[in-house]
Amino acid sequence: MTTPTAVALEDAKVAFRLGDGRIYTAVEKAHLAVAQGEFVAIVGPTGCGKSTLLNVAAGLLKPAAGSVRIFDRPLSGLNRDAGYLFQADALFPWKTALDNVAIGLDIMGAPRAEAVQRAQKWLTAVGLGAFANRYPHMLSGGQRKRVALAQVLIRDPKILLMDEPFGPLDAQTRQVMGNLLLDLWNADRKAVLFVTHDLEEAIALADRVVIMSAGPSSRIIGDWRVSLQRPRDIFEVRLDKEFHALHREIWNVLKDEVMKGYAQSTQAAEAV
Amino acid sequence: MSRVTLLALQVLVAVVCIALWQLLSTVAVFGKILLPPFFFSNPVDVLAQIVKWFSSGVIWKHLGITLTESILAFVIGSAGGVLVGFWFARQPLVAAVFDPYVKMVNALPRVVLAPIFALWLGLGIWSKVALGVTLVFFIVFFNVYQGVKEVSRTVLDNGRMLGMSERQLMRHVYWPSALSWMFSSLHTSVGFAVVGAVVGEYLGSAAGLGYLIQQAEGVFDVAGVFAGMFVLSAFVILIDYGVTLVERRLLVWRPTVDGRG
Repeated sequence: MTTPTAVALEDAKVAFRLGDGRIYTAVEKAHLAVAQGEFVAIVGPTGCGKSTLLNVAAGLLKPAAGSVRIFDRPLSGLNRDAGYLFQADALFPWKTALDNVAIGLDIMGAPRAEAVQRAQKWLTAVGLGAFANRYPHMLSGGQRKRVALAQVLIRDPKILLMDEPFGPLDAQTRQVMGNLLLDLWNADRKAVLFVTHDLEEAIALADRVVIMSAGPSSRIIGDWRVSLQRPRDIFEVRLDKEFHALHREIWNVLKDEVMKGYAQSTQAAEAV
Repeated sequence: MSRVTLLALQVLVAVVCIALWQLLSTVAVFGKILLPPFFFSNPVDVLAQIVKWFSSGVIWKHLGITLTESILAFVIGSAGGVLVGFWFARQPLVAAVFDPYVKMVNALPRVVLAPIFALWLGLGIWSKVALGVTLVFFIVFFNVYQGVKEVSRTVLDNGRMLGMSERQLMRHVYWPSALSWMFSSLHTSVGFAVVGAVVGEYLGSAAGLGYLIQQAEGVFDVAGVFAGMFVLSAFVILIDYGVTLVERRLLVWRPTVDGRG
């Protein structure tokens, strides 16, 4: 018995029409499969279209060519099996932390009492049990991310899509959030597609690290398996010898792309 | 500065101004009264007029009328502004077609409409309500339009990914966003509702604060004009305070300017 692949991008190409009518190809021929229960991190230089790829998997963007299959079924419209954790603040500012978490159940038509009770449980699970009645602006950046995590997980999506979710946080908070994510993920091992520009974070969290080349027309240029033992502690795993070896190996490939991406972005700035 | 000192200083400003007014309008300086009573009256007379209005109870009827007109203008104008603002924001084509006309009507000084409204709706309260509505409508309309247009892309995508239907997006995302913009202009729109009512009364009516002021002016009763102005200011301050209370209740989720919750 083979389990179906959670997310499969086959030769996916993503292009945008620019303001002046030219076509900008963001991602070319992306081939990527995430198995059930697998944690895959996509790493690439700034502007390489890794978030674009995530939006394709979410159904927020339609690929110009190629196909997206979710559990072996072609994706049309939004990906209903996926929960999406955004890089920017995406909480509803007019709802309390509790209501922000409960909303996912509310809109499914769950009874209010049950939604509130389960939302409270999830808030406690992300360490914010005492902050249920705070509005997002009364929470710190890290706390808001915790609420966002609970908001996504309460719907129990089969796939978790994360777009540099901890990007705006400071280094220590990122590590704490990474451990929290791993703890929650360990409970039921959803398929995860995690986009980041931080290679260390990717290796520490993921089962597989996928590297993308610098844009435009970026491609997937590498795919490494991370066989570090689970459950992991992000603080500890960074001291592991295997971690260092893998980091050096991947960085050798990534370095050139980062320099290319950097050169392109400065040239573009000069052209303007 | 503590609240008490601040309040004391605020009261002091009023006391000094009124004392100067009283002094300059009753005591001659170098044989000349600087504020002739015919043009400036004096605080004692003004106060006497206000006391007379309240003790005889005539003022309540006028206040009641002005308040009714303001509330009606505010409610009708806001409802219209919210509906049309929402409609335009969700239907860009409609917005584009009507854009020049909206700008044209909004550019028109609303006072010139007063005679037309008086002609159409008579001298009763509805001509004043109509004038207030034309003022309130545009403020609310522009704010709601902006509120719906400027919903954060991410919040919207988040709503979609959480499984919201178009109707649920309307209820949980567009609506609160539009309302928050509307409430942020609450002070302005309530103020304009009062302006519409009073200006309408002033230009032709049989009751209301605007009518009182206009009547006093007609017989060169300067004390009456000032008394009407003071009652009107107090009235507006009270309404404004009420709005602040409502706002605090409704916009708890919004960060305050100084960053404290």
